[in-house]
Amino acid sequence: MSEKEVVPQVYSPSPTVTEKPGSLGHLLKAPESFLDKSTIAAVSKSGVDESRRRLLRTSFTTALAGMLGAGISSRALASEGDPDILTLPPWSKSLGKAVATNPYGQPSKYEANIVRRQSPGLTQTDQSSVSFSPLQGMFGMITASGLHFERHHQGWVDVDPRRHRLMINGLVSKPSVFTMEELMRLPSVSRIHFIECGANTGMEWGNTAVPTVQYTHGMLSCSEFTGVPLSLLLEHAGYDKARAKYVLAEGADGSSMTRTIEIGRALDDVIVAYGMNGEMLRPENGYPLRLVVPGVQGVSSVKWLRRLEVGDQPYATKDESVHYVDLMPDGQHRQYTSIQEAKSVITSPSGGQRLMTKGYYNVSGLAWSGRGTVARVDVSFDGGRNWYTAKLEGPVLPKALTRFNIGWVWDGKPAILQSRVIDSTGYVQPMKRQLKEVRGTRSVYHNNAIQSWQVAESGEVENVQIS
Amino acid sequence: MFRFPDGVARQFSVLLVAAALAGCGQESDGKSEAVTVITPPVASPWQSSFEDIGRAAKPAEIAAWDIDVGPDFAGLPPGSGTAEQGEEIWLARCAACHGDFGDSNKFFSPLVLGNVTQQDIETGHVAALKDPTRVRTTLMKVATVSTLWDYINRAMPWNAPKSLSTDEVYSLVAYLLSLGYIVDYDFELSNENIAEVQARMPNRNGMTREHGLWKVDGEPDVHNTACMTDCETHVEVASSIPAFARNAHGNLQGQMRTFGPYPGVDTSIEPGAETAPVLVAEVPSETEAAPAPEAGLATSAPMELLTSNGCLGCHQIDNKLVGPAFTAVSEKYAGRDDAVVYLSRKIRQGGSGIWGGFMPPMPQLTEAKAEEIANWLAQ
Ligand code: HEC
Ligand code: HEC
Repeated sequence: MSEKEVVPQVYSPSPTVTEKPGSLGHLLKAPESFLDKSTIAAVSKSGVDESRRRLLRTSFTTALAGMLGAGISSRALASEGDPDILTLPPWSKSLGKAVATNPYGQPSKYEANIVRRQSPGLTQTDQSSVSFSPLQGMFGMITASGLHFERHHQGWVDVDPRRHRLMINGLVSKPSVFTMEELMRLPSVSRIHFIECGANTGMEWGNTAVPTVQYTHGMLSCSEFTGVPLSLLLEHAGYDKARAKYVLAEGADGSSMTRTIEIGRALDDVIVAYGMNGEMLRPENGYPLRLVVPGVQGVSSVKWLRRLEVGDQPYATKDESVHYVDLMPDGQHRQYTSIQEAKSVITSPSGGQRLMTKGYYNVSGLAWSGRGTVARVDVSFDGGRNWYTAKLEGPVLPKALTRFNIGWVWDGKPAILQSRVIDSTGYVQPMKRQLKEVRGTRSVYHNNAIQSWQVAESGEVENVQIS
Repeated sequence: MFRFPDGVARQFSVLLVAAALAGCGQESDGKSEAVTVITPPVASPWQSSFEDIGRAAKPAEIAAWDIDVGPDFAGLPPGSGTAEQGEEIWLARCAACHGDFGDSNKFFSPLVLGNVTQQDIETGHVAALKDPTRVRTTLMKVATVSTLWDYINRAMPWNAPKSLSTDEVYSLVAYLLSLGYIVDYDFELSNENIAEVQARMPNRNGMTREHGLWKVDGEPDVHNTACMTDCETHVEVASSIPAFARNAHGNLQGQMRTFGPYPGVDTSIEPGAETAPVLVAEVPSETEAAPAPEAGLATSAPMELLTSNGCLGCHQIDNKLVGPAFTAVSEKYAGRDDAVVYLSRKIRQGGSGIWGGFMPPMPQLTEAKAEEIANWLAQ
């Protein structure tokens, strides 16, 4: 609800920065950099009205004059070059901190804005709620573990791994119990997969509702998971090959989340995972044990996994009978919707950001498919009239996020940016209009429509839906 | 094993490590790489010899954890309870969050709120689901009564899950069903007759599995084509966030990286006001950095206390939610000498009649902690 411990940063953390042009690391050609502090403050507070516009014009001329005359020293410096080069910063002239000053490393203090956030008013409580990943500030395909989105139904718990057990029962010849020690002795696999909540982008079925990619698409993550293949454990317990049709996964937290997984899926690429990105799972993500069901909506990747039951019919648990059911226009609910179909989104630039100048930009985003790999991503800069194929980066893995990049020169005119993925099955990510034609606007779940970001002449990027 | 005398060994290995570290980050000349001989792979003979890992689950252990109840009532323990009995438990243990009649949306969407008709009970389709203006409640959606039973048994009350007896769960399910006129108030629900109740569930036919989203190789229902040129002829913005709401998620400027090509828009000012983009980046000035008046309360908030005691479920710092905004509370009692004493007592005891709504007592909060919060509010 409120921003919690997050203290947002504003620009120019360095106190000396106002003296210099180009605090963002480049020399600014714009004459505005020579404005005095009070004008800058006034303009950024109240905007540019006619009187200030006049001021800007006069400042431009005086700035030029100042460069010629013997003005204030920093201005003189500016004409010789970048003060951030000419004056050595303190970190170049001092001894740095000792190793293990932070035994567990932390992001730079300048990164304080790139954190998980809640969407105000989305949920009534903070324990049955969501925090969204800051996709707008992330790179590559892996989600830093501390930025992995959260979705809990009854708060998160920090389970004592020495007291945690995994039970397998139901249609098995050997109902079994494992400790963490035993699970971690078993053969393990490490695989990179995305986890996306089925409700990701769910606020956007009707109209544009939220401003940034953090809130439109931030119930999304991708990690390297390490653990035991579920198939190995099911074999180990001697599952009944003739009768087994479904597996129920159950959590150890208060909600004891339960979800049905079809046996074919269970025997395919599902992992009973303890490792995430080289360390143990984070408590918010199910420490010490969770299920990872690749390509399927996140709720099936049951956290704090305590039990697996083999059965012969689906279980119709709360979160597959009341929630995570998709309402269709005819009043029927689609039940057991699971697969996250191919989807992509441009993460930079994206809503709430602004382009500072005209010219070249690397437009970057993420694409994924719950049915296989990303085959191609196309990007449009004119709201879908024309499309250009982007470059896929890094390993392109099944049921994993894939980063795409494409160069773009902004001419300063309004533009609408979109991305569209095609996956290995040949499925093309749909337009919102096409999705709504079939599913209406009340499905809540499984909104994988093409996302549109409008760039205004001011450089402001805004979340829009187009018709 | 051969050992260096003590000391020698340590010195030697330290030297080795230092030498190795000195090499870190240096380019290798490439020549020192030995020719790699690839031998054919040899499978580990112990690859599948882990039968002894894990142990048999004991019957009592399975009974303790295997609590799920399926749609065919497999796993349902014997027992019974009436709606009338359920009402009493409901009022004591559930109503604070869900409302006396399951109609509250303070903590979650309403469980019951009308919209279920006798005709629905006959057809097994809740007709109101077709109407987008109706609130969708639990009773309108749920197709299987087993789901209600299982869920209440495993997860409710929300703050004390798995604390209900079997008969209490039967009673509570009966009470909820009676609120939807699916059973009568004097109906006694039991493992014997629950299947008959299932036949009256108003949305029992409201679920479909006719879709391609269950299996990886399912058939998609929406189709687009990979058109590349002159595709959309008519592009018009149909929806965007209205200007008045642009700061509703907080100032977006503080949610973006402070440097790099795409800084955040300052949504605390009007759209387009930053026509000279450079100015924002330069912002600065000490006077500007002065916190807004109410930020004082926000920055000094005892967040840990407010979060861990669930206060923020009902209160926000500067907006009204279920309870009043903390800034409003702070303002109201600003002038009172006994503000700290009064507020810390109210926080622990709860109450109603001042702002609207009811605040539950917070007995888990020690006096000292309540006072800490009160001190913050009274600042
Ligand atoms: C402290 C507040 C609180 C109390 C007390 C409480 N609940 Fe809940 N209840 C919730 C919340 C929050 C949820 C939603 C949990 C989630 O997100 O999965 C919920 C969900 C439910 C649901 C499922 C509704 C749906 O549509 O998913 C039922 C049924 C339910 N509660 C019944 C009960 C019963 C019966 C009791 C009393 C024994 C009770 N609750 C006590 C807060 C509460
Ligand atoms: C279940 C929702 C809920 C929770 C949880 C909750 N409150 Fe409240 N609170 C309210 C409501 C509703 C009111 C208004 C009551 C009234 O009108 O008198 C209120 C009023 C208050 C007031 C003003 C009292 C007065 O006399 O003016 C304070 C202070 C307060 N809450 C603090 C807290 C603190 C601190 C916590 C956490 C320890 C907390 N609340 C948790 C709902 C809640």
